Amino acid sequence: MSETFDAIVIGAGPSGNACAYVMAKAGLNVLQIERGEYSGSKNVQGAILYADALERIIPDFREDAPLERHIVEQRMWILDDKAHVGGHYRSDAFNEEKPNRYTIIRAQFDKWFNRQVREAGALVVCETTVTELIKDAKGKVIGVRTDRDEGEVYADVVVMADGVNALVANRSGLKKEVTPESVALAVKEMHFLPQDVIESRFNIGEEEGVVIEVAGSVTVGMVGTAFLYTNKESIAVGIGCLVSDFTEAQVRPAFLLEKFKNHPSIKPLLAGSEVKEYAAHLIPEGGLNAVPQLFGDGWMIVGDAAQFVNAVHREGSNMAMTSGRLAAETVIEAKKAGKPMIASVLSAYKKALEDSFVIKDLHKYRRLPKVLHNNKHFFTDYPRLLSQAAETMLRVDGEDKRSKEKKITKSFRSTRRIGGLIGDMFNLARAFR
Amino acid sequence: MNIVVCIKQVPDSAQIRVHPVTNTIMRQGVPTIINPYDLYSLEAALQLRDQVGGKVTVLTMGPPMAEDALRKAMGIGADKAVLLTDRFFAGSDTLATSYALSMAITKIAEDEPVDLVFCGKQTIDGDTAQVGPGIACRLGLNQLTYVSSIEALDAKAREITVQRRSEGGVQVLKTKLPCMVTMLEGSNTIRRGSMPNVLRAGREPIKTFNAAAAGIEDVTRCGLRGSPTVVKKVFAPKPRADKAKLIDTTNRPTSDIANDAVEAIFAAAPKLQTDLVGRAAQA
Repeated sequence: MSETFDAIVIGAGPSGNACAYVMAKAGLNVLQIERGEYSGSKNVQGAILYADALERIIPDFREDAPLERHIVEQRMWILDDKAHVGGHYRSDAFNEEKPNRYTIIRAQFDKWFNRQVREAGALVVCETTVTELIKDAKGKVIGVRTDRDEGEVYADVVVMADGVNALVANRSGLKKEVTPESVALAVKEMHFLPQDVIESRFNIGEEEGVVIEVAGSVTVGMVGTAFLYTNKESIAVGIGCLVSDFTEAQVRPAFLLEKFKNHPSIKPLLAGSEVKEYAAHLIPEGGLNAVPQLFGDGWMIVGDAAQFVNAVHREGSNMAMTSGRLAAETVIEAKKAGKPMIASVLSAYKKALEDSFVIKDLHKYRRLPKVLHNNKHFFTDYPRLLSQAAETMLRVDGEDKRSKEKKITKSFRSTRRIGGLIGDMFNLARAFR
Repeated sequence: MNIVVCIKQVPDSAQIRVHPVTNTIMRQGVPTIINPYDLYSLEAALQLRDQVGGKVTVLTMGPPMAEDALRKAMGIGADKAVLLTDRFFAGSDTLATSYALSMAITKIAEDEPVDLVFCGKQTIDGDTAQVGPGIACRLGLNQLTYVSSIEALDAKAREITVQRRSEGGVQVLKTKLPCMVTMLEGSNTIRRGSMPNVLRAGREPIKTFNAAAAGIEDVTRCGLRGSPTVVKKVFAPKPRADKAKLIDTTNRPTSDIANDAVEAIFAAAPKLQTDLVGRAAQA
């Protein structure tokens, strides 16, 4: 009774949807299996959509995808307990015909994306969990077992797009479990406000949006960042830190979020809002070193499951979509050439990733996780020093400016010493190079 | 046995939100589900089919996206699905809905006579419990509502025996087929469809009826025009401003706690105290 498909995609997030869509569009017989009630029902993100990655898959997505606001302004803030020091970039150039970044609500967006997958001809089965991979005598993956009766289904190739925990790959011994040091736990809330209040509060027009990215003392010394994104009628506000840091510091995520929301720079932006949602999610932030084996006989792994997240630039869903697309293109090529879906053929997927921004960017920042982990003062001392410096210079109190400068220099030197300051600069520069 | 199960796609009322500003119900982004009461009827129908053979057709009236609910029902195990969809049906109340559904069932029966029609006890969005009985009336079916269990189905004698919840007890009723049944919540547990079933559900074409295909000639009996019910106002109840009062219960005899509770209640509602005392005096 069991059926054989050209490909099975496990999961219906950005990577799984991209992969299933591209393969189905090329005429392959694709089965996509999703654990949640529908695509998006279990998916959590801030969320920012990077148009480019989606445009390469669905060029005219703007016509009917549920988009909230396109980003015209980016604020980068470093917080100490009372203040923020920051930079803003706002440009009318972002008000272009095809904007580059949008805020989205994932439950709606993923549902739309998955509808495109169905319309492209893939068969989508929800509320079904893949329990394990089925392998033949030689160890080649030939299908999946699900939690339904008569639950075996077969395919030439199985693409695992099942998210950060990569449960299927773990259970099948293809990948090690994620470590607390390589994943961040992020929590977020949706705050509802009338559209006109959001627009006047953030100084934006009807379709325009603002992103605020935050680092500093709000993470109480842990490696992490916070964010605030404007949707049409809501504001997403969240914060995330490494799981290992949460464990070590014995801090609860909800406490951090409360602290962030009550920061004097954030609180007025949320005033009068009504909280309607609370969500939490793991984010793979281990960088290049956490990336597992990406392919094998009859299988590939994409998206968060492959740990494709650029924590520095807050990019992940675009890497997910791109890796999904590249995996799909690998299958299509192999199919066209009549080649079997074995490791030597599927290695083209890894090659394609290496030629793309996905691996290039992960490679660029490969040292950063370790540097940040070993230098927590980036999240404690520097925000405080910067804030003090700004306050000292801005407060007019009869003290001459040279003395003020000396005071600032002294504060930096006494906190980090010359050697420490030079070391920090060197480490950071190297990590970002 | 040819069984039709009427289902409705409803917004998941557990996740429904009232717009904080305009006070209207926000349907956007709220997931839709099969009306939970319908699932008890679907399972009962599937069990009867498994016992005596035949087929189960799920029928729904709704917008094109109601197809999702039908596919889900097929994934659970229904054999066929019919979607009754037409812009003429928009804004239907229970009168117009039961009319349209009864016409569709008549149409389905043209291929093979329908023996049993199942409906949910009521929906979770309308809560009227009128559509099932409405269909039975129009089709001249005996109706068995609030059924807690189906005791027996005699396919030869064309008789069904059920237990029905009624005030103060349980009725055991026997009636001739064809008839209309609504199942009570908790009367069974919906099954989980097998993998071949969900694969079939994802692929099988769904029969779609518009008003004309359902044999409806007079569309003024459908939709808003065929619906005498008028919704005057939709509003969200105001959240209570007064906070709950905590009574200390640690290391205290229960009688003291009870006394405190009663005193707190009387303090908040003095009229209640006088009423109760007055009534006690009368007695």
